Amino acid sequence: MKYLILLYGKPLPEPGTPAARALIRSWDEAEERMGKAGVLIDCAPLHPPAASTTVRVRDGETLITDGPAAEIKEQFGGFTLIECADLDEALRWAAALPTAADGKVEVRPLVQVPA
Amino acid sequence: MQPAGPGHQGGAGVPEEVFRAHWWPAVAAVTRQLGDLELAEDAVQDACAAALVQWPATGVPASPGAWLIGTARHKALDRMRRESRRAAKEARATLEPEPPGPAGSPAGPPEPWLATADDELALVFTCCHPALDPAARVALTLRSVCGLATAGIAAAFLVPEPTMAQRLVRAKRKIRQAGIAFRVPSRADLPGRLGAVLRVVYLVFTAGHQPASGDQPVRGDLCEQAIRLARSLSALLPAEPEVSGLLALLLLTDARRGARTGPEGDLVLLADQDRSRWDHALIAEGEALVTAALRQRRPGPYQLHAAIAACHSGAESAAATDWRQISLLYGELIRYEPTPVVQANRAVAVAMAEGPAAGLDMLDRLRGDARLARWPQLPIARAELLRRLGRLPEAGAAYRAALELTGAVPERALIARRLAEITGGQNAR
Repeated sequence: MKYLILLYGKPLPEPGTPAARALIRSWDEAEERMGKAGVLIDCAPLHPPAASTTVRVRDGETLITDGPAAEIKEQFGGFTLIECADLDEALRWAAALPTAADGKVEVRPLVQVPA
Repeated sequence: MQPAGPGHQGGAGVPEEVFRAHWWPAVAAVTRQLGDLELAEDAVQDACAAALVQWPATGVPASPGAWLIGTARHKALDRMRRESRRAAKEARATLEPEPPGPAGSPAGPPEPWLATADDELALVFTCCHPALDPAARVALTLRSVCGLATAGIAAAFLVPEPTMAQRLVRAKRKIRQAGIAFRVPSRADLPGRLGAVLRVVYLVFTAGHQPASGDQPVRGDLCEQAIRLARSLSALLPAEPEVSGLLALLLLTDARRGARTGPEGDLVLLADQDRSRWDHALIAEGEALVTAALRQRRPGPYQLHAAIAACHSGAESAAATDWRQISLLYGELIRYEPTPVVQANRAVAVAMAEGPAAGLDMLDRLRGDARLARWPQLPIARAELLRRLGRLPEAGAAYRAALELTGAVPERALIARRLAEITGGQNAR
């Protein structure tokens, strides 16, 4: 069994601030614990919903809208993590997912955490 | 910071047109080099401010565009040094060839950092990306491509300036965070993406034609911005007939601007306009563009709208209008825009070509359409046809229904005049 843990919390602190450093430290520790236990596949913060783009395909036409999938009639039922060059490429992959044809898929960029 | 950009009054000896002409290429070139639209726009803004200080003393440089780009690069690097979190981008920018000093070297600037046609197109396609909120696309295009000041854009769209500033900041943040690429879309994506760009240009133009309730000059300026955008796009994409179609449509519509309002600001309908007040140079240009576009045999909605506008502008009088041709063109347009508004316009053209009864029949079939429930043009069109059929009480009722739906002062005055005509002046207010 695999689980995607959705993290609902406060907005991220400004990078470089003591609050940000403390947060990174506590996440490093948490990730290390999960890693040692062999349960962690991937873990990343997301940019805020304002950076989201929602994709639907209807009658073969791809409809793209700014923002998250606001009316949540559909259940949040899974995720696909991809890596590609830019948003246009990500939107093409998103439109090709089965869920885009009857539900909606939200493309949310991950924050790139410097190594 | 508020601008010394094209929206700014040119300083002593620095004509505003210089900034206006070079803003778009400068923002485009600097965005490509730094990979960040917001940073590029701020830097070009700073460069314009520097020009206002320096040029009155030194004179306008031989190549003002190159000067602005070179200066903007320096300003951008300064900004990045101040914000260390952009260190990675700074590294990338410094790999580019170093521009000459801000005064401009006599040898001329190295090619790679001047704006190419693709840079300019990439900037428009970025600002009009479908992943951005539609209202934000219009605002961002006016700001980043046309160089209008935030205050001017806010005034044009009747929103408070902080609201507009916030909209622009959010859009630019989304471009950066979501990874919207700065480039011309691939051939496969071009038709859809171009449609979004043309839509933005068209919306800028129609905003300029809204009934005046705010700042009149700003709105006229929007029409000019839209035409300037369409002209540039048509030069950058000469093989796309829809771009020429849009430009033709804007020119043919704008040619009638002076005749659309009477001496007291009252609305004058097309049929009643003084055709000698139309701008015949614009009409000739628009007609030539739409003819050449249609010859490419790749029709589209903008070409059809332009062809309809050309039918009107080519008629010597309202009575000489080729309504049969117009009704055929609306019939074609329905294939691209299957909306009740296009159907209503087709019905009016049919009424003019074949008589009011035929048109009224088609209009009445649209009456139940919920999408037209708040559209005053439907009862106005019905009233006109009922009046011509001599069914005056029904015409009066339709005019009164139209009055319920419109708050625009010139439109209300026109309906009141029509009501007065059919009721012999008794019901008019």
